[in-house]
Amino acid sequence: MSERILFRGGRVLDPATGVDRVADLLVDNGRIAALDATADGARVIDARGCVVAPGFIDLHTHLREPGLEYKEDIESGTRAAARGGFTTVCAMPNTEPAMDNRSIIEHVLRDAGTRARVRVLPIGAVSRGRAGKELAELGDLAAAGCIAFSDDGAPVWDATLMRRALEYASAFGLPVIDHCEDPSLTGDGVMNEGWVSTRLGLRGVPAAAEEAAVARDIALAETTGAHVHIAHVSTRGAVDAVRRAKARGVRVTAEVTPHHLTLTDETVAFGALGGTELVYDTNARVNPPLRSRADVDACVGALADGTIDCIATDHAPHAVTEKLCEFDEAACGISGLETAFGLCMRVVHERRLPLETLIERLTGGPARVLALGSRVPGIGTLAVDAPADVVVLDPDAEWTVDAARFASKGKNTPLAGARLKGAVVATVAAGRVAHESEVAVG
Amino acid sequence: MTSVRATEARAAEAPPFATGSSDSVAWQRRHLLDLDDFTVDELELVMQTADTMKEVLSREVPRVPALRGTTILTLFYENSTRTRSSFELAGKVLGADVINIAASSSSVAKGESLVDTVKTLQAVGADVIIMRHSRSGAPYLAARVVESSIINAGDGLHAHPTQALLDLHTMRASFGSVRGRKVVIVGDALHSRVARSNLWSLTALGAEVTLCAPPTLIPRGLDAGEGTLPPVHVDTDLDRAIEGADVVMALRMQLERMNGGFVPGMREYSRMYQVNASRLARAKPGALVLHPGPMNEGVEISHEVAHGLQSHVEEQVANGVAVRMAVLWLVTQHGRRRAATETE
Repeated sequence: MSERILFRGGRVLDPATGVDRVADLLVDNGRIAALDATADGARVIDARGCVVAPGFIDLHTHLREPGLEYKEDIESGTRAAARGGFTTVCAMPNTEPAMDNRSIIEHVLRDAGTRARVRVLPIGAVSRGRAGKELAELGDLAAAGCIAFSDDGAPVWDATLMRRALEYASAFGLPVIDHCEDPSLTGDGVMNEGWVSTRLGLRGVPAAAEEAAVARDIALAETTGAHVHIAHVSTRGAVDAVRRAKARGVRVTAEVTPHHLTLTDETVAFGALGGTELVYDTNARVNPPLRSRADVDACVGALADGTIDCIATDHAPHAVTEKLCEFDEAACGISGLETAFGLCMRVVHERRLPLETLIERLTGGPARVLALGSRVPGIGTLAVDAPADVVVLDPDAEWTVDAARFASKGKNTPLAGARLKGAVVATVAAGRVAHESEVAVG
Repeated sequence: MTSVRATEARAAEAPPFATGSSDSVAWQRRHLLDLDDFTVDELELVMQTADTMKEVLSREVPRVPALRGTTILTLFYENSTRTRSSFELAGKVLGADVINIAASSSSVAKGESLVDTVKTLQAVGADVIIMRHSRSGAPYLAARVVESSIINAGDGLHAHPTQALLDLHTMRASFGSVRGRKVVIVGDALHSRVARSNLWSLTALGAEVTLCAPPTLIPRGLDAGEGTLPPVHVDTDLDRAIEGADVVMALRMQLERMNGGFVPGMREYSRMYQVNASRLARAKPGALVLHPGPMNEGVEISHEVAHGLQSHVEEQVANGVAVRMAVLWLVTQHGRRRAATETE
């Protein structure tokens, strides 16, 4: 049941409407009711000293359901989302079987309707079985409620298939989200190619593996006039290519993950806490791999200047045994929903990104990329009548990451034991309290 | 545990050989994973201990009871004749019980994880696990989950510390200190754990190291600067690189690199990068020729050079036993000190 909730005394920060001041925010009937409101009998969330913002939107979440429930399911994944401040997650289709037809999408939406803590929007597969051979029934998927198409986890490697997908999907006004990677350049690579891979004796993935695929997708978007969204951009060259393409009007958008915004390939060698001993941290194995400092800096700059439209977690939960093994054998991915805000705040505390911009890239930015406002009016904003998706943030609260306490089944984070400054105090999704931190909530 | 009792019992005895200065330099390592963080003193200690072990090997009956009651397991996920037998012999000379575990080529294919395997070996009483694995970093994982000493006998493309130590020992036996000496490592450095470990030890001791290979086989990031990788010269022209070298180390050229497109073929590779007599003539007179074995004669090294007067390949193999005895002795002293402390 949605509640009448008053967020009292917080700094209301809503980049979409330009509001940024201390005010009381009232939600009622699952909608944003009023700013500067008083309300007797409403539940009060004390937001003094905190930021009250629209709930975050994650365009890139692996909920693993159906088929891979040992890694995550809709219930645990959306609970993790709520703990991370996310009120909308877009579920990637690399499930088993793949989300490549209407009945699976309907199954996911039905399950989400009863078990999800936050809004779940499905992304349909581009190709049947994500095999990269022939188009899935994109029209049927769109009709079932898909908000984009992607074969994520793998690139749409066949350029003609990608071209057809872009053209065909444009009929429904939906983009193709591409995991940009040239597999012939990746080869057996398991981490970023550079001095760290040489030091560790691990095979490297050159930045060019991503950049070549990004360049191709930009060319195809330009050829077709369709919208391509580049998933998890990670290299300076890819960022530069997107910036140049946008400048000449190509319909390309891009996302970056919290880990590519903050962690370098040295994390694989020495862990996120630093040190001098080699750790071969399998929890830092992710695809695309953690890159060099120069790449990280380029991503931060591109996020700040709008070249990168939004932050997306690429939340990729895995079982313990899939990471407690040799680095080459380890599964790719980071369980990222619950650390996203705290990790991104590093960039804010380093004064390289204004807090307002960070919030925009977690709310209005992703909503704009997928035009979610046309489907859910007001999503990603605190405008009156918008959905009552609200997050209360303490930008200065420090905490230590304890993966054992994650709501996600995936405990796979390189940040275990790390100190983060910036915490999600409370999350209200569709007018319901989806998460309240154990401390600091009145 | 049986092994701990044996270690305690041994703690009271003096070792049956001169330990040299090993009491004056602290040895703190339970594991030997790589040489990347070895101090000059630690490298010296290994070398001096290996000299002592050479003396043991020269005795009429080359057997001492120094590691009596110690259980050593060799766990080789990759085939190896010389390294495994070298370790086995080293352990036996020192009186340890050595058990060879036949591991399949992949723990994943076998169904048991590496973590479970090494925990099992610890449970059966392994004091030392000598491990070779096709995956870089595998011994680091093992060292995190067991108390047994882990000795890296080669992990993927990453490290082969005892090979680098025996290479160092062989060089020192010929000309003493390596400081200022020019060492040219020729061949597939990209895929070579031998080259990586050698870089750390040789540069720590002040040698000038040059990697010589086609650009496709040179690792990336060698110019990343201080605090990243050891300082090394890179040269793609062997005729130039070998000029004035004190040591020429040829690396094994794997057939699969041809298929991987790293070089067009063996013919062109050997024409451009084979260590042969005419090229060796450009090195310093009497320069050492080393090879970690097994050699592809006629590819990276000519038959003539491989078996010529300057070749120290067989000496490397002989030194390997002494160096591995030294390593086994030193890492087990860690346990010995700990056992002695617990007894107090």
